[in-house]
Amino acid sequence: MTDPSRAVLEIRDLTLRFPTYRGAVHAVNGASIRVNAGESVGIVGESGSAKSVTSLMAMRLLPEGGFEVMGGSVALCGRDILTASEKEMVKIRGRDVAMIFQEPLTALNPTRRIGQQMLEVIRLHRDLSAREARDLAIRLLGDMRIADPEQVLRRYPFELSGGMRQRVLIGLAFSCEPKLIVADEATTALDVTVQRQVLHLLRAKATLLGTAILFITHDLAVASQFCDRLYVMYAGAVVEEGPTAAVLGAPAHPYTQALLNALPERVAPGELLRSVAGSVPDLTVELSGCPFAPRCAQASAVCERRPALIPTGSDGHRAACWLAARVVQ
Amino acid sequence: MSFVSVIRKRVIFLVLVVFGVSLITFAISHMIPGDPARLVAGDRASDEIVTSIRQQMGLDRPLPEQYWRYLTGILRGDLGISLRTNRPVIEDIVAFFPASLELALVALLIATLTGAPLGVLSAVYRDRPIDHVVRTLAVVGISTPAFWLGLILIVTFYGALGVLPGGGRIDPNLPIPRRVTGFYLIDSLAAGDPAAFGSTIRHLILPAFCLGFIHLGVVARQIRSAMLDELQQDYVRTARANGIAKWRVIFGHALPNALIPSVTVLGLALGDLLYGAVLTETVFAWPGMGAYVVNSIQSLDFPAVMGFSVVVSFAYVLVNLAVDLIYMTIDPRITGIH
Amino acid sequence: MAATVGPVAGGPTAASDWGFLFYRIRKSPLTVLGILMILTVLVFVAFAPWLATHDPNAINLKVRLAAPSGAHWFGTDEVGRDLYSRVVFGGRLSVGVGFFVVVIAGGVGAVVGCLSGIIGGRVDTVLMRIMDVVLSVPALVVIMALAAALGPSLFNAMLAMAIVRIPFYVRLARGQALVIREMPYVKGAIIFGASDWQVLRWHVSRNAMPPLIVQATLDLGGAILMASALSFIGLGAQQPTAEWGAMVSTGRNFILDQWWYSAFPGFAILFTATGFNLLGDGVRDLLDPRQKRR
Repeated sequence: MTDPSRAVLEIRDLTLRFPTYRGAVHAVNGASIRVNAGESVGIVGESGSAKSVTSLMAMRLLPEGGFEVMGGSVALCGRDILTASEKEMVKIRGRDVAMIFQEPLTALNPTRRIGQQMLEVIRLHRDLSAREARDLAIRLLGDMRIADPEQVLRRYPFELSGGMRQRVLIGLAFSCEPKLIVADEATTALDVTVQRQVLHLLRAKATLLGTAILFITHDLAVASQFCDRLYVMYAGAVVEEGPTAAVLGAPAHPYTQALLNALPERVAPGELLRSVAGSVPDLTVELSGCPFAPRCAQASAVCERRPALIPTGSDGHRAACWLAARVVQ
Repeated sequence: MSFVSVIRKRVIFLVLVVFGVSLITFAISHMIPGDPARLVAGDRASDEIVTSIRQQMGLDRPLPEQYWRYLTGILRGDLGISLRTNRPVIEDIVAFFPASLELALVALLIATLTGAPLGVLSAVYRDRPIDHVVRTLAVVGISTPAFWLGLILIVTFYGALGVLPGGGRIDPNLPIPRRVTGFYLIDSLAAGDPAAFGSTIRHLILPAFCLGFIHLGVVARQIRSAMLDELQQDYVRTARANGIAKWRVIFGHALPNALIPSVTVLGLALGDLLYGAVLTETVFAWPGMGAYVVNSIQSLDFPAVMGFSVVVSFAYVLVNLAVDLIYMTIDPRITGIH
Repeated sequence: MAATVGPVAGGPTAASDWGFLFYRIRKSPLTVLGILMILTVLVFVAFAPWLATHDPNAINLKVRLAAPSGAHWFGTDEVGRDLYSRVVFGGRLSVGVGFFVVVIAGGVGAVVGCLSGIIGGRVDTVLMRIMDVVLSVPALVVIMALAAALGPSLFNAMLAMAIVRIPFYVRLARGQALVIREMPYVKGAIIFGASDWQVLRWHVSRNAMPPLIVQATLDLGGAILMASALSFIGLGAQQPTAEWGAMVSTGRNFILDQWWYSAFPGFAILFTATGFNLLGDGVRDLLDPRQKRR
C-alpha cells in the first residue's frame, strides 16, 4: 500500500557540490525526489548523473567535510537530515533507513563470520539478547530463501556466492524494519537469473512490511518491472518523473527518449545501434540552461533558459523540457 | 598453502642460508691480511709455537677442507672458539643474547604502543595537519642516527638532569639476579628482588626509548599504510550505512584487519631491532650481542663474527617463518575452510 | 599517457607531464620540505670553502674544546679545529658516499637484474636463489666484516656498502624486467630479431627505471646513516678525516662536558638523512598507483 500523504523521503531542490583540487564539482543541481510510504521508486540515469549521490544523502553517508550543500532540504520521515548531528544520524542509519550497495563481494568484512557481522548490527539497534538476535538473524536469512541459515551464520563471506551475500545484506537491511531501503545498483553485479530472484525477494518482503524502496539503477528493464514511479536524472538534475508506465511508455524528455531508443531491443537485427551523441557535461562548471541542450537534436534558443519540471498531462508525469510545455498547450 | 608446505619451504631456505652465510663470512675472514695463528700466539712467540698453533687451529689444511670442517661444526653447534674471550663462540652468544632480546622487546613494545595509534590517526585524518606531523615524526625517527640519539639522551638525562643511569643493565652495586631466563626483568621478579627489578627498569628506559623511537616511525608508517587500504574497502561503507559509529568502525573493524598484514612487518622489525641494537648497545655499554660483535670486529675476532652472522641469519629466517605461520593462523581467508 | 579530450577547467592537463608533476609535488608539503632540506645540504656541499669559517684541518691548541661562540659557531675539537667548518666539509664526504653507494649498487644491480630477467630460464632461477640467500644475511654484519677485512677506511666502507646492496637492486630490476619482457612491444622487437642485449638497452632499461630510481632515492638516506655508523664504530673514516660519524665517535669521549662536539655533527646526519628520506617518500607516493585523489 502506498500512501502519498506520508513521505518517507523528501528531497527538495537539493544543490550539492564537492570541493576538489580542480575546483568544485557541481554534483547535484536542484533535484527533488519524493518517496512515499510503501512505494517503490526508481532513479535511472547514466554514470555521473548523481543518482547515487542523491540517494546517499538520504542517510548522509558522504564523507564529512567532503561536500557542501548549497541549497535545498532532505527530510527522512519528516526529520531534517541536513542539520541533524552525527550522533543522531548514527541512530538513523540501519534502523530507519537501510542501504544495499552494488558490490556484494566486498561489502562484508572478510575476516569476520556472517553471524558476527549480522548480530553486531542487530544488537546495535535493537535491545535483544544474543540468543534472540541470533534467532532473528536466522529468520531474516530464511525470509531471503537461504537454505540452512544456521550454517550460513557460521561461514565467512568468501565462502558464499555473490547472490548469497547480497541476500544476506538484504536480510540484514530489513532487521530493524526500516521505513526506507535504498538499493543502489543492488543487483548489477549479479548474474541475470540471480538478479531476478533477489529483486523479487526484496520486493516481496518490502510489500509485506510496508517498506518503501528507492531503486537506483541504469537498467531500464529492472526499473520497469520493479518501480511504481520513476525519476530520470541527468547531470545532477531530474529531467523527467512520473509513473513508470508513463515515463517509459510515453517519454516526454528528449533524454529519456534517447535512452529508450538506445536499447538494443529497439533496433532491428542488422541496424546500427543508436547512441546518444556527445558526452556528459563537465560538472566543474555551474549549470546554466538545460543540461541536455548540447546533445539534444531538438534544442533551440529557448533552451538557454533552464526549464522547470512541467506537467505533461497524465497524473504526476512531468518533464523538464520546453517541448513538453508545448505538448500540454 | 598449508602449514606443512610453508614450513618445508622455509627449512630448505634455512639450510641454504646457513650455508650461504658461513661461506660468505668464511671467505671474508680469509681475506684479512695477517695470520690468525700469530694473533693467538702473540708477537713474541717463536715460529714453532705459531706453527703448532696453526696446526691445532687447522689452518694448515687446504681451504675447502677448512670450510667443510667449519660447516660440519656448525651443524653440531660448534661455532669455534672466540679469539678474544677464548670461550666457545656459542657460549658467548648464549651469554649475551638475552640482554639484546630484552632490550629489543621492550623497544618494540614502546614503538608499537606509540606508533600504532599515531598510524591510525594519520590514516583517518589523511592529508590533514596531524597526518603531516605524524609522517614527519616517522621520517625523522628512521633518519635518526641511533648512536647520536643515545648520546644526546645520556647527556640530557644522566649528565644534566641526573635522573637516569648512563649505561649498563643494572646498578653495579646490586647483585645480578640469579639467571633463570637471562632477562633481568623476569629473573629479578623470580628472585623476589624489587630493588634489582627497579634498577633494571631504570636502566632500560633510555636505551629502549632510543631504539624504540627509531622504530616508531616504521610502525606508524606500516599501520598508516595498512589502515589506508582498509578504510577504502567497501565493508567500511557498509558498516557505516548500517549505523555503526565512525570510531567503532575504525577500531573494531578496520584496525584489526590492518594488523593482519602488519604482523609480518612487525615481525621483521624485531629482526631489525636486534641488529640495530648494535649501535645502541655500544653507546649505552649494554652487554648484549651488538656490543659483542662490534668488539669482535674491532679486534678482528673472526670466529666470533662468523658465529654471530650464522646465528643471526638463522634467527632471522626463523622469525620470518614464525611470522608467516602466525599470519596464516590469524587470517581466516587463508585458514578458514570449514 | 592517454591525452584528455580537451583542457580541464582549473587544473594542469595530462598532456604536460612536467606541469602535472610539479603540481603534485606542490600538493605534498612534506616532499617540498625534503627538497628544501636537500637543497640546503647541497649548497653547503657545493660552496663549502666559502661557507666554512676556518680551515677544517687547522690545529690551534690554544682553543681546545672551546664551547660554541661567535668565533667558533660549533665550538672546537680536542686539537682546536673549528667544528663548524669540519661539519661543513664533512657534508661532502657523507653526501658523496651516499651517491656512490646508490649509483654503484643501483647501476650494477640494474644491469645484472635486467639481464637475468630477460635471459630467464635456469640462469635466472639460480641467480635469484643466490640473491635471496645473500639478502638473508644481516647486511650490517657483512658490511662490517667486509670493511674490517679490507682495512678500515671510508672508501672501503663505501665499497662494502655498495657490494652488499647490489642483490637488492638485482631483484628489483629483475622483477621489472620480467613484467616488461611480456609487453607486446618487447615481444615485437624480439620477433624482429633484437638480441637480448639490445632489448635490455632500449626497452627494459628505460621502462624499468622508475621504481629503481624511487628505491635509489630512498636508499640515499640509509646509505648516509650507515656510513656514519661505520665511522662511529671505527670501520669507516679514520682520523683526522672530518667525517660526521667519526666526529660523533671522538666527541663521545668528551660527551659529558663538551656535548656540542657530538651534537652538531650528529644533527647534520639527522638533517641530511631526513631530507633525503622525505624526498624518497614523496617520490614513491607520486608514483604510487594506489593514490586516490578526489
